[in-house]
Amino acid sequence: MSDERTFFNEMLDETGAPRQPYARLAQWLEDKPANFLSRKSKDAETIFRRLGITFAVYGAEAATERLIPFDPIPRVISASEWRRLSAGIDQRVRALNAFLHDIYHRQEILRAGRIPADLILQNEAFLPEMAGFTPARKVYAHIIGTDLVRVSENEFYVLEDNTRTPSGVSYMMENRETMMRLFPELFQSHHIAPVEYYPENLLQTLESVAPDPSRSSQTIVVLTPGIYNSAYFEHAFLADSMGVELVEGRDLFVDAGHVFMRTTRKPKRVDVIYRRIDDAFLDPLTFNPDSMLGVPGLFDAYRAGNVTICNAPGTGIADDKAIYAYVPDIIEFYTGQKPILNNVPTWNCSRADDLAYVLDNLEDIVVKEVHGSGGYGMLIGPTASKREIAEFRKVLQTNPTNYIAQPTLALSACPTHVASGVAPRHVDLRPFVLIGDQVRITPGGLTRVALKKGSLVVNSSQGGGTKDTWVLED
Amino acid sequence: MLGRTASSLFWMSRYNERAQNVTRLLEVAYRGAILSHSGQESGTHWTFALANAGCESGFKEKYDELLMRHVTAYMVFSKDNPNSVRSCLEHARNNARAVRTGITAELWEAINTTWIEFIEVNPQSLTQEKLPDFLAWVNQRGHLFRGALLNTILRDDGYFFSQMGNFVERADNTARILNTQYWSLLPDSDVVGDGSAERYEWSAILRSLSSRRSYRFAYPNARLKAFNIAEFLILRTEMPRSLAHCYDWLAETAEDLAQFYGSREPSLDIAADLCRELSEKQMREIYQQGLHEFLTDFIGRNNQFAHQLCEDYNFA
Repeated sequence: MSDERTFFNEMLDETGAPRQPYARLAQWLEDKPANFLSRKSKDAETIFRRLGITFAVYGAEAATERLIPFDPIPRVISASEWRRLSAGIDQRVRALNAFLHDIYHRQEILRAGRIPADLILQNEAFLPEMAGFTPARKVYAHIIGTDLVRVSENEFYVLEDNTRTPSGVSYMMENRETMMRLFPELFQSHHIAPVEYYPENLLQTLESVAPDPSRSSQTIVVLTPGIYNSAYFEHAFLADSMGVELVEGRDLFVDAGHVFMRTTRKPKRVDVIYRRIDDAFLDPLTFNPDSMLGVPGLFDAYRAGNVTICNAPGTGIADDKAIYAYVPDIIEFYTGQKPILNNVPTWNCSRADDLAYVLDNLEDIVVKEVHGSGGYGMLIGPTASKREIAEFRKVLQTNPTNYIAQPTLALSACPTHVASGVAPRHVDLRPFVLIGDQVRITPGGLTRVALKKGSLVVNSSQGGGTKDTWVLED
Repeated sequence: MLGRTASSLFWMSRYNERAQNVTRLLEVAYRGAILSHSGQESGTHWTFALANAGCESGFKEKYDELLMRHVTAYMVFSKDNPNSVRSCLEHARNNARAVRTGITAELWEAINTTWIEFIEVNPQSLTQEKLPDFLAWVNQRGHLFRGALLNTILRDDGYFFSQMGNFVERADNTARILNTQYWSLLPDSDVVGDGSAERYEWSAILRSLSSRRSYRFAYPNARLKAFNIAEFLILRTEMPRSLAHCYDWLAETAEDLAQFYGSREPSLDIAADLCRELSEKQMREIYQQGLHEFLTDFIGRNNQFAHQLCEDYNFA
């Protein structure tokens, strides 16, 4: 989308006056000297680099570590806006878990004809190995990061549900810590809901889904692919802040149906695994036999009910891009309520009619790979060149089932520190949700910002940055 | 504690120690090369550094000429040389990164900052005048890391494993430096020696082990003497890089670990034996046995200790 289109400015209204949640922040920004933010940005970068808050970029020279640019101007969400958002998220994650339980058991939703059976049963993200198995508390997706965008005062859309292994929560927390060091005065003048309880809530959530609640102490671990993974910092951060071991596949083994970790002394039994590796790499015996990351026999131990894996294998079906279009139906089917949060209208390129429409309107819409993530392999029509569109058209015609398309949304914009001062840049929002004995939503989340003028791509792998996200308390 | 965590802590410390050792060897070679007179070619100084760091054959494969800029490129910055300062710092940091959850923020920041600043240095910019300051900086950063470790880490198994890594590496380094120069430390050199060649060798050995000054305190009024130097670096426990000192630590730490876990393991016996032998031995006996044979045997047993430690505590 080009900048000439209208978009919702979160700080300023049509007359250029600050909206109520931003009132104090706008004044504060105005009072500061010109180079103030540049200086603070440098301070922030030093802090991040020293702490090693980096991510690896694939495709660059062997796992180069980079910093995600951090924008020092926070994004502000009012208490009432947050109440509505969190009610919508709560509704959505409950429905998705009910959906997962259903499709791995009686498949009522397929029998009712609300979703075409093929879309589930032929889907690579659907794991037949999970059929008939019920995880503790019937929870499949324990950790969800719901991607939202705002298009007007009261309109939020859900872009993606991220029910597999959503990342970014460490940035949410480190961004807040950094902001508190940079601008203590802002924390005195605003009542900002804390995000610091996330690790505690995560630990509680994980403990609440342990397979045998009677065991006096539960051993929880975070399973990482290792130091070269793009989100390794986060894995270490979470293990550290929960006070649990960070393990790799080779640290675990299965013996007599139970999972153990190799310690310097006797093997220690593991109850709950918060895994940050994909389904395919969990267990070479059940899934990908070439996997070097997994733990042989893990899936059998899981099915025997001796260990909990979070998120459960097979949750990917709930955030599959082809299923996405049906989430409003899913919500109605399992909760009996209308969805509180909107879905973005979606064309499924596997349908002939939809494909024809998409091909006719490539200049105006966004096309995404069904299984893609991170902003790779997508086309943003309004900002693409003629050649890019022509090339994409060929790819799309060869393999239409691999793609979905959506209208280009006028993402809202927030004040952002740029070379010329402060200017609006487009943002999205990923709040983090925990589902166990209860649903816990941390007030705030990760705001990603497209730093290039007019750009709508917020992914860190494509030059996006992040912001601290403030939910104000009444 | 995970076996892999123990392993990472061990190697983190080991590589930090190694980075400092390599740096020190370069400092000595540099000093020798710029002071080069008395008929010695400056190349011999660089050979001394390469040989003691175990880099000689790798260097010869890449370079034909023994020039300072080649040696620094290979020993400081080379990614192909597993013992270059760069490789050591990278391994130390990667091991620290793998146990981010098991080390303190101070410790992590010390090694991480070293690494970040190190890789920003352009090797081409490191001219002859800048080399000593740069090497001193690397060495200081190594001390900062040790300081952060000693001042902040819990005195539990993690501490014990990282201490082991440090002292195993140090013992190996001291023994190898003595062993590559052993002929200059034979008692005969005291008689025939006293030429500037021997004096240079001795002084280089002491400097490579940060012990040029402390030798003066340990042997007041004594000239540099092969017998004293060998004794100082092998048997004197007050010398922090001597073999005896390292094994005092290793035996004690192995004992602490046994207490901590409530069980004795075979590695403890190896350390205790070596420690006892070093405390009972006289320099005369070592010369009788043969200095070279003694050192070679020591290096082997030190390695054996490290291997047994991995076995005993399930290093992944």
